[in-house]
Amino acid sequence: MTIHTDHVSVQSAKALDVARIRRDFPILTRKIHGMPLVYLDNAATTQKPLAVVEAEKSFYLTLNSNIHRGVHTLSEEATAAFEGVRETVRNFIGAATTREIIFVKGTTEGINLVAHSYGLKNIRNGDEVLISGLEHHSNIVPWQLLCERTGAVLKVVPLQDDGSIKLEDVTALMTGRTKLLAVAHISNALGTVNAVKSMIRIAHERGIPALIDGAQAVAHQKVNVQELDADFYAFSGHKMYGPTGIGVLYGKETLLEGMPPYQGGGDMIKSVTFEKTVYNDLPHKFEAGTPNIAGVIGLGAAINYLQGIDASALEAHETELLEVATASLQQIDGVRIIGTAKEKAGVVSFITKTIHPHDVGTIMDREGIAVRTGHHCAQPVMDHFRIPATVRASFGMYNTKEEIGRLVDGVQKVFEVFG
Amino acid sequence: MSDLRALYQEVILDHNKNPRNFRAMEDADRTLDGYNPLCGDRYVIYVRMNGDIVADVSFTGSGCAISKASASVMSTLVKNKSRQEAAKLFDQFHDLVTGKTAVHGNADELGRLAVFAGVSEFPARVKCASLAWHTLKAALEQQAHPVTTE
Repeated sequence: MTIHTDHVSVQSAKALDVARIRRDFPILTRKIHGMPLVYLDNAATTQKPLAVVEAEKSFYLTLNSNIHRGVHTLSEEATAAFEGVRETVRNFIGAATTREIIFVKGTTEGINLVAHSYGLKNIRNGDEVLISGLEHHSNIVPWQLLCERTGAVLKVVPLQDDGSIKLEDVTALMTGRTKLLAVAHISNALGTVNAVKSMIRIAHERGIPALIDGAQAVAHQKVNVQELDADFYAFSGHKMYGPTGIGVLYGKETLLEGMPPYQGGGDMIKSVTFEKTVYNDLPHKFEAGTPNIAGVIGLGAAINYLQGIDASALEAHETELLEVATASLQQIDGVRIIGTAKEKAGVVSFITKTIHPHDVGTIMDREGIAVRTGHHCAQPVMDHFRIPATVRASFGMYNTKEEIGRLVDGVQKVFEVFG
Repeated sequence: MSDLRALYQEVILDHNKNPRNFRAMEDADRTLDGYNPLCGDRYVIYVRMNGDIVADVSFTGSGCAISKASASVMSTLVKNKSRQEAAKLFDQFHDLVTGKTAVHGNADELGRLAVFAGVSEFPARVKCASLAWHTLKAALEQQAHPVTTE
């Protein structure tokens, strides 16, 4: 069982007003090489609605000051706005308390925080960290660094040829030495939706905590960290219509309490003398230095924007885009879709028989179509399929079936250029 | 479409489809890897020297049409050239794809290199076009480490 909404409830949802949504994203009116932009690189970063841009602008124009310091009015107002977003985030992911919401630069920093703080304290020589074969580099390399430092061993649940991860393989690779499970909620390269709820349950049955890389999930489906029972859940603002440079690490309070600080500096302390420093309470213990205040404000606006949209209508819309894109690309002779798992989110990765993804990307760009080409920071995934790269189209709330048509025409154009 | 045609010229498409000197060389005295981490293009360039002359050059590997055609054309151009002549070709090629020289009036001297002039309109593809050339240059200068475009 994943938390992926099934088709029955999807079809009863009311339709998303995509035309109205598109008006909130001014960048979508741009022309690229004289063609209307078709933005299909949402797994890399989403576009930002006016509400997010205006929120950041308004912060700097009317509220700018440092937070948690000073008694002046601006600082108090900025602190209230900043901490207000922490509550917005708590509510958004269903955390128990704002003490469990730590602001970080993004998913990558969130995972590195856990690897450094939780990892160095709890993981020793000979212990094992278990990840899956579909991970983004940001959920591989921090664990490799940890293993290098501690002598722990990185184990990998194998990727199936359809791009899925089998639960029995997760179970089989857990041993008495496994100290952490770290897996993606949704694969950025293939779109596979992992059965994270079941994976977490399997880990917990053996007393193993689980970290979920939620970078590709939060903007596309409802996530509730308590329902999942995730111990850590990391995500980025910029992949959910918010600003770059801001993200969230959720951690269970009991675990965070036992973890040492990740970085030292201002804001993370109660008192400092040269003899002894007393660390601040959660969540501030993990937020050294002046944070990305405007980014947090923008993130709050992005969450408000997302929450103003019917979640099941949004998911139904993106599922439809995925189905239309998959069906139409499959019909093109010479195109092969990479990643055909049963449970998928709005990502289609594909290759052509003879034309390299980079050439496809260049020709698409001249048609105004922005797709990602390359290994998508998931080289082990590419290695599994013995390919250097794929073309990836990834969908957001503002994409339309007409744009999928442009994508398909773009692929035809590629074959035309190559003759 | 016209700048796409300028990039993907017939000559380039032909060299991509039927790359020349596309083989490993057993008696090579210099072998060097070239790798573009951005897109995963990866080639091995083989060189056999006869004194100061490039007696033979070949390559293996995979990558986009631009990188493969560039490696192929390069292999046909530098054979039987002196190290100095090869270095000059590298400079000419580099100036061409980075837009420092125009083809007009230069076509004779540029010869077969001229088909890569269209690359300068696609800044993201300059690295693709240059990969094999950078690797060859390093091989001729006898660098020990693999070449990357980063």
